[in-house]
Parts: sequence; C-alpha cells; structure tokens
Amino acid sequence: MRPGAVEAMLPFFSERFANPSGSHRFARDARRAVDEARDQVAEVLGVSPGEVVFTGCGTEADNTAILGVGGLAVCGAAEHPAVLHPTEHRGGIVVGTDTAGHIDLDQLADVLSPDVAIVSVMAVNNEVGTITDLAAVSRLVRSLAPGALLHTDAVQAVCWLDLRQIAPLVDLMSFSAHKFGGPKGVGVLTIRDGVKLAPLISGGGQERERRSGTHNVAGIAALTSALVETDHQRISENARLAGLRDRLIDGLSGAIEGVVETVQRDRKTAGSAHVCLDGIESESLLFLLDQADVCASAASACASGAMEPSHVLAAMGVEHSLAMGALRMTLGHTTTVDDIERAIDVVASSVQHLRRVAVARP
Amino acid sequence: MSGGVDSSVAGALLLRAGHQVVGVTMKLWGGDSDTGCCSVSDVDDARRVAQQLDIDHLVFNFGDDFNAHVVEPYVRDHALGVTPNPCIECNRHVKFDRLLVRADQLGFDAVATGHHARIGRAANGSFSLERGADNAKDQSYVVHMLDQAALGRTLFPVGDIDKTEVRRLASEMGLRTASKPDSQDVCFITSTGGRQTFLGDRISFRQGRVVDTSGSALGKVEAVEMITIGQRRGIGLPGGGPKRYVVDVDVPNGTVVVGDDDDLFRTTMVVERATWIEAPVDGAVLVQCSAHGVPQPATIANDIAGKVAGGSVRVTWNEPQRRIAPGQSVVFYDLADKCVLGGGTATR
Repeated sequence: MRPGAVEAMLPFFSERFANPSGSHRFARDARRAVDEARDQVAEVLGVSPGEVVFTGCGTEADNTAILGVGGLAVCGAAEHPAVLHPTEHRGGIVVGTDTAGHIDLDQLADVLSPDVAIVSVMAVNNEVGTITDLAAVSRLVRSLAPGALLHTDAVQAVCWLDLRQIAPLVDLMSFSAHKFGGPKGVGVLTIRDGVKLAPLISGGGQERERRSGTHNVAGIAALTSALVETDHQRISENARLAGLRDRLIDGLSGAIEGVVETVQRDRKTAGSAHVCLDGIESESLLFLLDQADVCASAASACASGAMEPSHVLAAMGVEHSLAMGALRMTLGHTTTVDDIERAIDVVASSVQHLRRVAVARP
Repeated sequence: MSGGVDSSVAGALLLRAGHQVVGVTMKLWGGDSDTGCCSVSDVDDARRVAQQLDIDHLVFNFGDDFNAHVVEPYVRDHALGVTPNPCIECNRHVKFDRLLVRADQLGFDAVATGHHARIGRAANGSFSLERGADNAKDQSYVVHMLDQAALGRTLFPVGDIDKTEVRRLASEMGLRTASKPDSQDVCFITSTGGRQTFLGDRISFRQGRVVDTSGSALGKVEAVEMITIGQRRGIGLPGGGPKRYVVDVDVPNGTVVVGDDDDLFRTTMVVERATWIEAPVDGAVLVQCSAHGVPQPATIANDIAGKVAGGSVRVTWNEPQRRIAPGQSVVFYDLADKCVLGGGTATR
C-alpha cells in the first residue's frame, strides 16, 4: 500500500471510529470523511459525487453492473471472471477478441441489437495489459444498441489512463482500491445519473439504495488517498515505468531465446510486461523465481491454488503449449531500476536452467 | 501431500530426519469430485499441515497429464470391456513420472509420498521394493511399476511404521489430518453419480445379451461396458437357483457369458506391459491381483516376447484361480512375500 493510504486509514480505527449513518457528533465526523472522499473520488474519475457508489471490491462493482441491469448482457472473452461469470450465468453473449485480447469490434457489432441491456468491456486487460479503444466501443454501442448501458471494468486502468476521458464514454465503471496502492476490501462503482440498477446487496440503503451495508470508512479514506496520489503521479509514472518495462523485456530478449511478447507495447499499459517463454512451464519457472525472491505470476489461480490455463491467452488464440509458459510481470509505483536488473538476471538464469535440464533428459 | 494423514506424517518425518522439504499437492481433476485429492477442502488440509510444519506448500496443475494418461484411458478401456486401475496409471504416469521430472528440474533430490511400502538397497547398490510394515495397509501393489531410476529418487517415510503409529504421530504433533478417514475411491468418480454416471456421460452404453456357456440366451443388460468378470449381481437374471457369475464379457459383440463358479477358474493367464524392479524374472513367484488380494503361488515365464520390459509374461498357477478381469494389475512378489519383482496388466 501507499504509505499515505495507510496513514489515511488509521484514525478510523481509533478516535474517528463511528458509523457514518448515525446521528451523533462522532457519526457526523465519520460522515464528513465519507462525503469528502466521495467528492475527491468523483473529481479523479470524472463523474459527479452522486454517481460514486462505494462497494466492497471490484468484483462486487462488476456484479452489480451486470446483474443489477437485468436483461441480455454482452461482454468480451478476455474479461475478468468478475464480468465473464455473471454474464455467462445470465445467459449473455461472449464476444471473441483479436490477437491482442482486444474485443473484436466486428463481432461486437454483429451481436448488438435493441435486445441488449448491457455491454461490458474492460478498459485494460488484467493479464496482458491491452488497452481497449473505448471510444470505438462506445460509438458502436450507442449506434447499434442505443438502449443498452455500457459498463467498463476499469480496475486495471487507474494507474495508466486518465479516467476523466473514459467517464463520458460509458455509463458504469468499476474500480478496486488494491490495484492502485489502497487496501483490499473496498471498491467503487460509478453509475451515471438517471441509470436505474437493482442493488446486489439490500439492507439499510447506505449508498442511496444502490448498495447497502455500513460504510467501510477507513477503506474509503485510504482508497481516496491512494487514488488522488496515483492520479497526481500518473503522467510521470507512465513515462518512468514504460522505460523500465522496455528495459525488462529487451533485457530478457537479449539474454535468452524464445521470449514472445504477448501484446505489442503500443497497445498496452506501461506497467505490463507479459511474455510467453517458449518450451518453459510457468509452474516450474515461478518456483525457481520465488526461490530467488523474484515474485511473479502466470495466469490466475483457482481456489485450490493451482495455476489454471489462461482464458485470456486462449481467447487471443495463443497456442496452448506457449500459453503454458506465460509469465505475468507487472511494474508499479515501487518498482526500481535495480528490481528490473535483478529480474532480468534471475528470469534469464532460471529459464536457462530449465532448458538445460530439459535437454539433458533422454 | 494429498491432504491425508499418511502424506502429512511423511512430511513431518522427513523434517525430523533433517531433509529440506517442500510440500506439493497435485491438482489433477477439474471435474466433480467428493473423495479425491483434488477437492479444495483436501488442498486446504494439505496447505494447513504444511503451515503447521512450517514448510512451503505448492500446488502443481497436472490436469492435462492426468486427463491424457488416466481419465481418457479409463473411459477408452471401459468402452473395450477392459477394467482398468486408474490409481495405478496415475502413479505410473503422474506421481512417479511427471512429478519426478518436475522435481528434478527444480533441483530436488527425491520425491516422497505417504505410500505404505519400503525401498531397500542391496550391497551392490540396487534398490528393492518391499511391502510396507503394516501388512493390512501395504501399498506395494499400487507402486509396483517403479524402476531402479525411480526407486533411487523416491522415499516412503511411513513405510516402516503401521497406520496406528501414523495416526498416533499425527495426533502427537497436532496435525489436523490425524483422524481424517482414509480415501478409498477413485478421485474423479463421485459417490452420488458413481462409475455409471461418469462413463455414461462419456460413452454410449450398448445393450448386451446374457448367455450361458453353451450360448443359450438368458436375458439382457443395459450397459455391457459396466459388467466385470466375476460379477454376480446386476446381470438381469432372476434370483434363486444356482449362483451364477459373469465368466466373460465381449463388449464389441455385446455379449455377457455367465456360468457357475467352476467356469471362472483358469490355470494360466497372460500379463502384458510387464515392468520389472530389476531384471525380468522367471520361475516360482507369488502373484497378487488386487490391492489387498491374497498372493497365490505360480510360475511365471517370459516366454512370449522375450525377457524384455514391456513384454508379456505367462502365469501358470499352482492351483487354478478365478479369472482376473482384463485391465487389472497383476503384481509378482518373491516367495518370501516381501519384495515386489515386477508386474503388468491382465489380458483377455
């Protein structure tokens, strides 16, 4: 977490520990913290404060959007499971992607009709970092399914994109604090004024009947701090991390053979360094990296903790054997040039080791 | 670490012996399961035991290998009227092949499991595979396919102690799996659906004619693929009368032959895909045909495809024995009933 975000939480665990829905002076103090947070969040996200709904996580925000609208949903095959599963569960339509994991606009146009109630297209892909052309998606949806709502899972976008430019294109946006230096367990769904959604969680109606449950005041304060800081640093961090990312991938490609860059750099975020390593099994590589204190991921883990083959790479048409060698490295605000040099050394030597023992085996 | 008590204690004993240990659970089956080692609650148990032992715990996804080497052959064999032993194929292709290779790549010296069997070493350096100390829990039958290379890199830490002692150690160490019941069943077959549902979803059952040994029709069965040699119930015959057993199943022709107990007895059988702990063996041995079957004396001869691993072996029983269903593993032990010599698969 960003230190500022940790700092922002702490008072709400002690002297400011009140329920903002109460009526006494302590409650009013907590209420003020939530109100001020909502104003600041709205400013960064490019919406009005009344359009900000605090949730328990990004998944809840996505589910509220898809399930709360009701009716036919459409999404892309490379969406996060938080969008994909509710869409499939409701009998929605899943549209294919191009080889970069970007939703296929021709296929999308084919399925858009007045019957469609909601279209959900992620702003940035969580595995491979591909940035969606939301302006193009928005034009298609507005012309071919003018009654449909457009939702974007923007959980991965906050560090990289100016959300004020995305907000006018869509009706609903989802966020999660832990993706930009905030805590786990708090998220945001923005809902354009006038859009009616059935709440996923009913009860006290705390978020103006769009979401119930006592406010996570500490989480909301920390989310806001992290969001504002991320927004301030966004332009400089994009430039700094793009340089480090390029060094990482170029360094790896120079040190070992068979480094396949999954998505070309001008189509993805500066922090994404997703590659597939020819002839390597991710599970083996991740173990060796972990032993050398380099922590990375491959695709996503199921409930048992096992790595599952990536549905994103499958949607992109990446061959199964190559997809088994996926390495998902991500850079962020704490990444330094020393980290990058060490990662290059350790990944390259681990890959060389695995290839050597594979060759040695009869 | 399956999440059971044996592998939990195996990990603890390795630590006591001074090894550097990493716990691994293999994710093998993605479909429905209620008993096997792939359910999330079993992985939770394995992880919690590893945390108690303060060792790292990893989950390896070998689902593709499991499907290709265990599940698909299981379905294919049944469609041909063969009754396979999927746990043995999993040991052969996944635990003691895929996982051993992975362990090698990652720099580990050995793979240890919770099997009740023992590995010995002779003065000349060769390895032997012996029954576990707990005769009732002995699992040497299901690991009979290990060769010298695999035995040299395998450890069975609980093979020297009996099950009561395993559970006593587990509860002494406060391991959460101490009183967890043993798993018995095939991990990808659910208790509710059973083998019938699993196979029915994957192959189209064919009706079979039930005939006696002279060929006279007696009745019919709905799924000839579900019938196994030696079976008495569920063959569509009225109760009462003499006991009748399935003595042959011909899936391609859709025929089930029933006869009396005597019709089941054979003096010889042929075992194929033979593997050997050391070199191929001829002569007097004890032969075991199921996980906890009683070993019977016989003479074996590598007279069919020469003395080669993977060849065929003729078994001549000292006394006639009930016919073994094709596909079952047949394991050879020395006359002292201590060491595994080799094994293979029963043929028609």
